[in-house]
Amino acid sequence: MKPRVGQTLTSPVDSTTVIVVRAPDSDISLTCAGVEMVDPKAKTDQPNGTADPNQMGGTVIGKRYADEALGLELLCTKPGKGTLAVNGEPVPMKQSKPLPASD
Amino acid sequence: MNIAMLLDMAAEGFGDRVVVGRRKDGLIASRLRELAIGAAAAVRTAHADAVVYLAVNGPAFPVAMFAAARAGVPLVPVNYRLGAEQLDQLLANHPNAYGIADPNQADALRRAGMSTRTPEEFVAEAEVRTGAEDDVPMDPEATAVLIYTSGTTSKPKGVLLRHQNLTSYVLGSVEFAGADEEDAALMSVPPYHIAAVSNVLTNLYAGRRFITLEAFTPAEWLALVREEGVTNAMVVPTMLARIMEAQLDRSVTRLRSLAYGGAKMPLAVIERALREWPRVEFVNAYGLTETSSTITVLGPEEHRAAIDSDDPAVRARLASAGKALPGIELEIRDEFGAVVPPGVTGRIFVRGEQVSGEYAGAKSSIDERGFFDTRDQGRLDDDGYLFIEGRVDDTIIRGAENIAPAEIEDVLMRDPDVVDAVVVGVPDEEWGQHIEAAVVLRPGAELDTEALRAHVRAILRGSKTPDHIAVWPELPRTPTGKLVRRDVVRRLVEGEVPSADST
Repeated sequence: MKPRVGQTLTSPVDSTTVIVVRAPDSDISLTCAGVEMVDPKAKTDQPNGTADPNQMGGTVIGKRYADEALGLELLCTKPGKGTLAVNGEPVPMKQSKPLPASD
Repeated sequence: MNIAMLLDMAAEGFGDRVVVGRRKDGLIASRLRELAIGAAAAVRTAHADAVVYLAVNGPAFPVAMFAAARAGVPLVPVNYRLGAEQLDQLLANHPNAYGIADPNQADALRRAGMSTRTPEEFVAEAEVRTGAEDDVPMDPEATAVLIYTSGTTSKPKGVLLRHQNLTSYVLGSVEFAGADEEDAALMSVPPYHIAAVSNVLTNLYAGRRFITLEAFTPAEWLALVREEGVTNAMVVPTMLARIMEAQLDRSVTRLRSLAYGGAKMPLAVIERALREWPRVEFVNAYGLTETSSTITVLGPEEHRAAIDSDDPAVRARLASAGKALPGIELEIRDEFGAVVPPGVTGRIFVRGEQVSGEYAGAKSSIDERGFFDTRDQGRLDDDGYLFIEGRVDDTIIRGAENIAPAEIEDVLMRDPDVVDAVVVGVPDEEWGQHIEAAVVLRPGAELDTEALRAHVRAILRGSKTPDHIAVWPELPRTPTGKLVRRDVVRRLVEGEVPSADST
């Protein structure tokens, strides 16, 4: 798939939902628990599969997951039990230091 | 990204949470989205090219902001305190806008040829269309909000804030759903102020309910903070000064964080607030409309470290605007454009994705290296703390010497009887300008103005000493706390002494 900035993607096998914050200009395979993520608004065939028990690291609401080399950044809007992976490699959670609320 | 996506994320992530208004009857995130979709349909049906909001703050404001974003047109919040002439000039820029105005302002919109409805009628229009088709345009370069600058130093200019600027500010500085369900933010600045716009976005994104105060008084502010269990609030310095001066119960047991900005904070006021509210975390935020709000922050630990420190450099930081946010670069440049080292005063330049630096009807003011000229003067210390030293436009030119009023104002403010001070250049045949000052005294205090002049001369020097110091009951400030220097000059020239209720 070729994700677009602003696109919402969901996992067919758990509750994980992400929003695309940055995206590379290339085709990638984006999976959660090993199963391809889908755009719920796109009217394409919904892929199905079973969650890979070895890819159950979980996602956390509000956290960003980024592959800096690829230029991909996802923001988790609904948490789930699966691990996000791009082209077969887990996408690491981006560490950020929250700032004090300034406005 | 479009700012409407921030609302989508909130509606999907915590749709049942009350995000706008009082806990008992406020809007939940998913309802806010439904209303924004309905209102966007109304805006599209009207073939409007902007949404003009000329009303006090309230739940209709976030609905209008996201409706405009979903309809792909800018939101234009307009200052409802402007005079008819200035208002007509601004509104003439938006003849095809969809207008929202308080009843006493509706005539101004009609004069400009706009359709008009009250905030309540607007929300009602949205309610009947909540099932409308929703097709959010995704152009990140489109203008999300157009805010007119206050015009205290020059003619009001329309600042273009693009979706890209605002979303990068929110994503870069706020943690999504990071607030506790019990948190509540109180916003006291009017909707035509950049802080009101960014406040809607950052609180919604954090999942923090926000309430607004239509017209600020210390009593109402304190009452609302207690009744609504407010945990986060943002004020301008004059508001904090008034809260600290009022003879009222100042207990704010649930208040955890107080952010301030928009004008210079008098040291005596922040020191007093730090003592009175030892458990509150204070945050000084510096930013401009042109930079999508905050670009530097002095955080809570830095406030406490400064007030507790014996080291003059650390203590001085209480008067600083803090350090740059991640993703923001600062440069101080001299009059020839060269970057100066720490400790040297110059013009503050800023670069970052949230920086717009663009005005309606003008070409971008961003330079070839991507920096925006804030037209503020300041310096950085060795650790990157920024000290603001006033507007370049306020510089007094006496003879051939450039004099920054802030330096003299700081000395005047050190007098324990002086609670507010302003220094301006008054037209002068011989010198071009000469220096005069006006001060406000602590209630009951008396001032020997000659002694104060001698004090300034001893610390600075003769050419920086005001020729005359007037004592006034208060200084002319906008409701958002900005000094109106041209009114100071006019009053000094005309020898007018303002009465306490003249503003």
